[in-house]
Amino acid sequence: MSIMTQTQNQTDTRTEVLLDVRAVRKVYEGHGRSVEAVRDLTFAVARGELVCVVGPSGAGKTTLLKCIAGLLAPTDGEVVLEGAAVDGPPPGMAVVFQEYGRSLFPWMTVRKNVELPLKQKKLPKARRAELVHQALEAVGLSDVQSAYPWQLSGGMQQRVAIARAIAYEPHILLMDEPFAAVDAQTRADLEDLVRSLWHRLGVTTLFVTHDIDEAVYLGQRVLVLSASPTVVLDDIAVDLPDERDQLTTRSSTRFAELRAQVFAQIQRAKKHRAGADHA
Amino acid sequence: MRFARRGTRAILAALALPLILLILWWVLTADSESYYLPPLSEILAAVDDVWLRSDRLSVDVLPSLLRLFAGFLLAVVMGVALGVAIGSSRRLRAFCEPVLEFLRAIPPPVLVPVLMLVAGIGDTMKVLVIVSGCVWPILLNTVEGVRAVDEVLVETARCYGLRGPARLWHLVIRSASPQIVAGLRQGLSIGIILMVISEMFAASNGLGFSIIQFQRTFAVTEMWTGILLLGLLGFLLATLMRLFERRALNWYFGLRQAQRGGSR
Repeated sequence: MSIMTQTQNQTDTRTEVLLDVRAVRKVYEGHGRSVEAVRDLTFAVARGELVCVVGPSGAGKTTLLKCIAGLLAPTDGEVVLEGAAVDGPPPGMAVVFQEYGRSLFPWMTVRKNVELPLKQKKLPKARRAELVHQALEAVGLSDVQSAYPWQLSGGMQQRVAIARAIAYEPHILLMDEPFAAVDAQTRADLEDLVRSLWHRLGVTTLFVTHDIDEAVYLGQRVLVLSASPTVVLDDIAVDLPDERDQLTTRSSTRFAELRAQVFAQIQRAKKHRAGADHA
Repeated sequence: MRFARRGTRAILAALALPLILLILWWVLTADSESYYLPPLSEILAAVDDVWLRSDRLSVDVLPSLLRLFAGFLLAVVMGVALGVAIGSSRRLRAFCEPVLEFLRAIPPPVLVPVLMLVAGIGDTMKVLVIVSGCVWPILLNTVEGVRAVDEVLVETARCYGLRGPARLWHLVIRSASPQIVAGLRQGLSIGIILMVISEMFAASNGLGFSIIQFQRTFAVTEMWTGILLLGLLGFLLATLMRLFERRALNWYFGLRQAQRGGSR
């Protein structure tokens, strides 16, 4: 089956939990002092969902994402993916990092970058070629396959990273502030790309960002995190129409209301932290 | 067209200084009466007799090159293998570092008598002398290169299940390759010096041996031809090295240029 022809039914997938984050706590120890980055995070993501995690900067978002990705072991609690506790990078997971310039292999062409994880999965050559071709086409980069990443613009490099992730055919896609370092127009394009890929592939997506507008625009749900030590402040269902576009969605009243709701939570989180700092 | 002209100019620029020096040498020694500094014209005239019309190319030059090649290759394998291991493990690094610094500080020529005791006076000894000098820059540069592998790239590789030999090649070695190649370049020039030095002791053939023989028999003109040949050899090997570097590190030069904001 082609990765492009998968369809999903969003109404009855909400029941099955794909990712379960249970009371995750992370304390960094070192140099005689310990820092509690994440205090208590509990939430679930259903199969096929697109969930955005938004929080003020320094909210332990990256820590959380690394715990989910199996790159970092939580101090307490556990992350369960498809019924199995995560204790290392799980095979059905793909990650898109913020630092696109550092997450692509500069000694490999675009095609090789996308293909490398597929080789590790021991897929036959024909299948690899098919997946690479489809993934690059889906992100609009069919014509730069033999270029090197550093020959491309930042936005294009991040498209390559996204192509690599979807070619991997993950059950869950993690994105760690992927568009924080690209310019505003490229960012809007990439946001729409994420929405359309999610629609077409039905891949469960957890999208971490510090940008409130981005979280509301992209997500079916928005999880609002507090400042560090992090807890979940709010879990907001985004009841915007499923077909979104940069112009009408962002100018709708409902968008403004949701945005204000998230914004208020974040402000509260900041104030709370300021209070805690003074105490 | 413009590219071709630039190429020609580059070649001319590269050849200009050697030509000037040769001409100077030629002119300044033209009327030389000194026994130790014969005219360049005489030296060049002797090249043919000494090296080309004798069996010296196969009896002396070839064995020297083979020993250099063997020693260099062995040093590359050892240096890169050990360097990857030491660079990957902080504990191993702390364990080895003092010893490495100590061993690196020993000039290889003083090891020659010791190596003779262990390996005799044959080719093995000479190859080992070359290895004992070549291996350090390769090893230490590899360690630094491996230590500097980008953290994000390491995590990316972990997420996408890159393990074992594939991780070693596609992530660690490729990422360290600019430093490794810098080590190779330094190692090669040390290797050429040690190739000659190893043939100064208990040797019966070789390029270094020939030059020493000429010196000891006061065959000064012949000695100069040997020195010229040695220089030419070094230049040729360095050029080969640079060609290899251009090929292997093409991505690296491109990346650096892109980071500086230049266009390619």
